[in-house]
Amino acid sequence: MSWGAIGTIYAKELRDQLRDRRTLLSTIVIPTFIMPAIVLGVGKMASAIIVKARQEIPRIMVIGGADSPGVRADLERSGKFRVETATPDWRSLISEKRVRAAAEIPAGFERALGSGSAPAVNLYDYEGELKSGLAVEELRNFFLGLRDRTTARLLKERGIPATVARPFEVRQANVAPPEKVGGNLLGGIVPYIIVLICFMGAMSPAMDITAGEKERGTMETLLCSPVARTDIVLGKFLVVLTGSLAAVVCSLVSMGATLVAVGASIGGMAAGPGGPGGAAPTIDPAGVLGVLAMVIPVSVLFSAVLFAVSLFAKSMKEAQSYAGPLVFVVILPAIAGLLPGIDLNLRLAFVPILNLSLVCKEMLSGVWHWGYIGVIFGSTALYAAAALALAVWMFRREGVIFRT
Amino acid sequence: MIEARLLTKVFRDRKRGDVHGADRVSFRVEPGRIYGLLGANGAGKTTTLRMLATLLRPTSGSAVVAGHDVVREPDKVRANVGFLATSTALYDRLTSREMIAYFGRLNGLGEASLRSRIASLADELEMHEFLDRRCDKLSSGMKQKTSIARMLVHDPQVMIFDEPTLGLDVMTARSIVRFVRDCRGRGKTVIYSTHVMGEAEKLCDVIGIIHQGRMRAEGTLAELRERTGETDLEECFVKVVVPEGTP
Repeated sequence: MSWGAIGTIYAKELRDQLRDRRTLLSTIVIPTFIMPAIVLGVGKMASAIIVKARQEIPRIMVIGGADSPGVRADLERSGKFRVETATPDWRSLISEKRVRAAAEIPAGFERALGSGSAPAVNLYDYEGELKSGLAVEELRNFFLGLRDRTTARLLKERGIPATVARPFEVRQANVAPPEKVGGNLLGGIVPYIIVLICFMGAMSPAMDITAGEKERGTMETLLCSPVARTDIVLGKFLVVLTGSLAAVVCSLVSMGATLVAVGASIGGMAAGPGGPGGAAPTIDPAGVLGVLAMVIPVSVLFSAVLFAVSLFAKSMKEAQSYAGPLVFVVILPAIAGLLPGIDLNLRLAFVPILNLSLVCKEMLSGVWHWGYIGVIFGSTALYAAAALALAVWMFRREGVIFRT
Repeated sequence: MIEARLLTKVFRDRKRGDVHGADRVSFRVEPGRIYGLLGANGAGKTTTLRMLATLLRPTSGSAVVAGHDVVREPDKVRANVGFLATSTALYDRLTSREMIAYFGRLNGLGEASLRSRIASLADELEMHEFLDRRCDKLSSGMKQKTSIARMLVHDPQVMIFDEPTLGLDVMTARSIVRFVRDCRGRGKTVIYSTHVMGEAEKLCDVIGIIHQGRMRAEGTLAELRERTGETDLEECFVKVVVPEGTP
């Protein structure tokens, strides 16, 4: 093995890739801007949609309640609803989003309130639909308020203190530091994005320097040089790995900068006049460094697999048709790591990608299982070494290099 | 010097079974001589030359190139060979200078000798005008000059040309033919494959006619004419590859 030859090939391939727009897009531009786009763009859009939905006065229907005019009048007076006269097709109207929710007031409800034995009020909404959910939440608050006022009145009439119905309060307070809160909030999505970006970063250079070279005829030119085949593979492979790691670093830096910017803006708002005070959620820098360290063997694995798969292809088009479906193979275990109830254990520590997703989630929320971390790092490094050996073996095969 | 002894390459094909790309091909090329490998498309020229350049490993037989065995010392063979084919393209995103320098470094040239070597090649091939232009912006003639410079950068003893004029315009093809002739003048061992009879007639000291992977005839142009009783090389070629009585 000649490190000089490997270095020469690496330097040339890197220069070549830095002049390739597709590679720059997939390794630098997309990873740098995807997190701000998700956090700022999608987040802002989602919050704007929610704010707009909250501002809307929902159209509701009251079913029955003809003998409870007071309750109906209170609903209308609250200013929180546009009360419509019920029609027989009220269920369809909710499904069609022409009415957001409905309240069914049983017969004799208002009269029964006096004795404290009123029958149940039924509320109807379209589950999963945001505006319907907000409308039914308002309706629930209205009837819970009515129940509280009725309870207070009944107690007062009997000369019993109001504290009998509410003998103690329950309060909740957060003791987790802001970085743990941030880790729990972002710990699920960050590993998923990192896995995806790690793969995407390797994809374009892997295809270009293998199948692309075969297609353009430069592979045969390179093979005419006296450099050993293994050195050629290593020089090229290191460029693919650089692409993958560069994409991850760009993504993590941009993610950190985005969180700092968002945190400063939330912190500023919180500390401002009338703000509740307190710090905005952040991510533990040690957790981010841990993620970066764990990503290295996965990057090697992805780079070697993509290198081998693309090397087999005769053209860029064929390489894309092989590498494209691999994205799903990568995403599925990453998504599985997002599911609630899947916790890291020794068996899962050997499942590639899923193990990274799970351990990164733990590390970002400040939990360090050193035993599992060792198993995951070691097993992934082994898989990566096997994939790299496969790439070298394939490069030595005439049937692969001169496949037509 | 090049010496091929019973070089054979069998490709295993799922549909067609075993296909002989080259079948017991033997020949010898001395320094300062141009050996022409003449054959139709698919005759086995490229397979034979790829085995000599160690891009393919022979199934059987052997070859010695510049004193090194193609199977046992492939790296040493490649260090002494310049290989130019239509399939050996340039890196579009590198400049002409970067392309030559890259192959100089891969052949172990130091930075100082590389600089002087590029300067002398640029003088010789009149490349100064486009030396720092990206290869994807070069004309076909400029590209071919860059390929030749890439092939010559380490000053190899053996030059292998596999249909180097295929698809080129007349002027560029003429400059290639002139260059090959110059190589002979410098004492290089040259092997030149083509299916263009005119090129073979103009250039080659010895011609080997290859057909369906086998060497069918070998000799100087005069010897081939004498053996076939034809004066025109094309007629000689047809007489060798098409058996008597075949319509």
